[in-house]
Amino acid sequence: MRTIQGDPPSNGSRPAGRRMFLGALAGALAVSPRLRAETPSAQDPWPALAPQIFPGQVLRDGSALLTIEAPYRAEDAAVVPIALRTTFPALDPRRARKITLVIDANPSPVAAVFTIEPESGIDHIATRVRVDDYTNVHAVAELTDGNLYAVTRYVKASGGCSAPALKQTADSIPLGTLRFREFQATEPGADPDRREAQVMVRHPNYSGMQMDQISRLYIPADFVEVLRIWQGDQLLLTVEGGISISENPAFRFSFKPNEAKTFRVEGGDSEGKRFSGSFPAQSAA
Amino acid sequence: MKGTLLRRRGVALLAGAVWIFFAAGPGGSDPVNAQAAAFTIQQIADGDYAHFGQVAMTTIDNAGDIANIGIVVGRDAVAIIDTGGSVAEGQALRAAIRTVTDKPVRYVINTHEHPDHIFGNAAFASPGVTFVGHRNLPASIRAHGPFYLHSFRDALGADAIARVRLIPPTLLVDTTMTLDLGERTLLLTAWHPAAHTDCDLTVLDEQTHMLFSGDLVFLDHIPVIDGSLKGWLDVLPSLAALPAQRVLPGHGRRVAPWPAAVDDERRYLLAVQADARGFIAAGTPLAQAVPRIAQSERGRWQLFDDYNPRNATAAFSELEWE
Repeated sequence: MRTIQGDPPSNGSRPAGRRMFLGALAGALAVSPRLRAETPSAQDPWPALAPQIFPGQVLRDGSALLTIEAPYRAEDAAVVPIALRTTFPALDPRRARKITLVIDANPSPVAAVFTIEPESGIDHIATRVRVDDYTNVHAVAELTDGNLYAVTRYVKASGGCSAPALKQTADSIPLGTLRFREFQATEPGADPDRREAQVMVRHPNYSGMQMDQISRLYIPADFVEVLRIWQGDQLLLTVEGGISISENPAFRFSFKPNEAKTFRVEGGDSEGKRFSGSFPAQSAA
Repeated sequence: MKGTLLRRRGVALLAGAVWIFFAAGPGGSDPVNAQAAAFTIQQIADGDYAHFGQVAMTTIDNAGDIANIGIVVGRDAVAIIDTGGSVAEGQALRAAIRTVTDKPVRYVINTHEHPDHIFGNAAFASPGVTFVGHRNLPASIRAHGPFYLHSFRDALGADAIARVRLIPPTLLVDTTMTLDLGERTLLLTAWHPAAHTDCDLTVLDEQTHMLFSGDLVFLDHIPVIDGSLKGWLDVLPSLAALPAQRVLPGHGRRVAPWPAAVDDERRYLLAVQADARGFIAAGTPLAQAVPRIAQSERGRWQLFDDYNPRNATAAFSELEWE
């Protein structure tokens, strides 16, 4: 069934091409002036971007299976809430095994790649991103049959990648501190068999486009590169992040509870710092 | 005339008015695009003057004239507190000052880093003028200035942006400092921790007890959180303890009694804090919480919908790590 990409390594390491998009493109496009139109201009980057991120693959219309929730006008370009949600008809056995979040106009367009384990029950992932210009946001889901489905949504915001880090970063909470919370699914109509959890990482997620206030030099990009979240021994979700994820990255997701007594989160940043934590499961309490 | 005005300043309400053409767009002389506005300064105490900016967002038409500006005239020299949101406004301010005094401007004090308070600085750059600010202000201007020039290009217009020069202060205030204009001393206080921004400075005229608060005090115009909500609430008691009698706020078109002037702002900030904490505790996601934070304050502030969601986002992001 996996005819296009073949079997990815199970440890989650990714092709070099994607790594480039996630990290090293910071700044390459940062200073190009852009037209400020109500809709993406004729210089819509997507037709050139899509074949680079998904080479040789067909992107189908995913609007029946996948939605992006985002504000049309972002209140704070450095903290733009984005939620992804998959919905499958009752008789459709397919599920999303990977969702790539692309912010077309950002200097590093691939904001995050979410790898969803088949039995996790994850059908909803929310995070907060930086948006550097008026842009389309794309979500591309790779389903368990290997097909790719794309949806898009327009967001008006600008300056999110170079917006200064929040002032209270210089505080006493150590970089790499993890917080984990579980929530009862609160939304009306929510699946009673699913719960929600949130992982937060204390990390400046430097984009490489922010200036150090003392040295007056640009701070090198240093961002949360990967997070893996387990429920007991069951891997639920792998997040590969880039510089477009907001300071203090936060990921909230739905999942199917198992009988595990703990959750475990492991991650690392682009400078090689590792962090991890274990957290008691509420549902086992 | 100037001397007459000065001697009569106790009764003169309208101390100076200068007709300024805020040129809009590349055709500055085009009558269709040129916006005429009377730039006025008013006497608010003996030797103290104010320009009241509009309660509005920056637009090409208002040329960034949205913040209040203070002017203090001493025996020997003049200090101005902030310079407006464009070089055109700074030049209008300079001309208006000349209608009330011929003493030289010796100090340009910037209360913080925001464009509506510093983009007029270039109009005053000359030998003999010292720029004064919080010890964090030079770094903040260097760090955020290019971002402001980019992000205000649409609002202010490319021509106005092209004229702006980012001029950081050279006289820096760590905690407090006194400036003497001749029989007129100004107490400058640099505030810590981060509150409205991370470089907030206030100026107290020790002769008139008029406080020029910058954006540590908002009246009528919704407060804007760009530093730290908790920091701002931490600063408020010390700020309120300053021996002032009245305040010229950073935004809001009136002078108000001190310290009652901070009551509205404190109530708003506490409402934001209480609501954000409540939604965080309840597990409400940021996107769902933001539209519901501080809604009890709707109707009490101008520009509520322009800034409250942003304040709510900032507060939620800050407080979820408590």
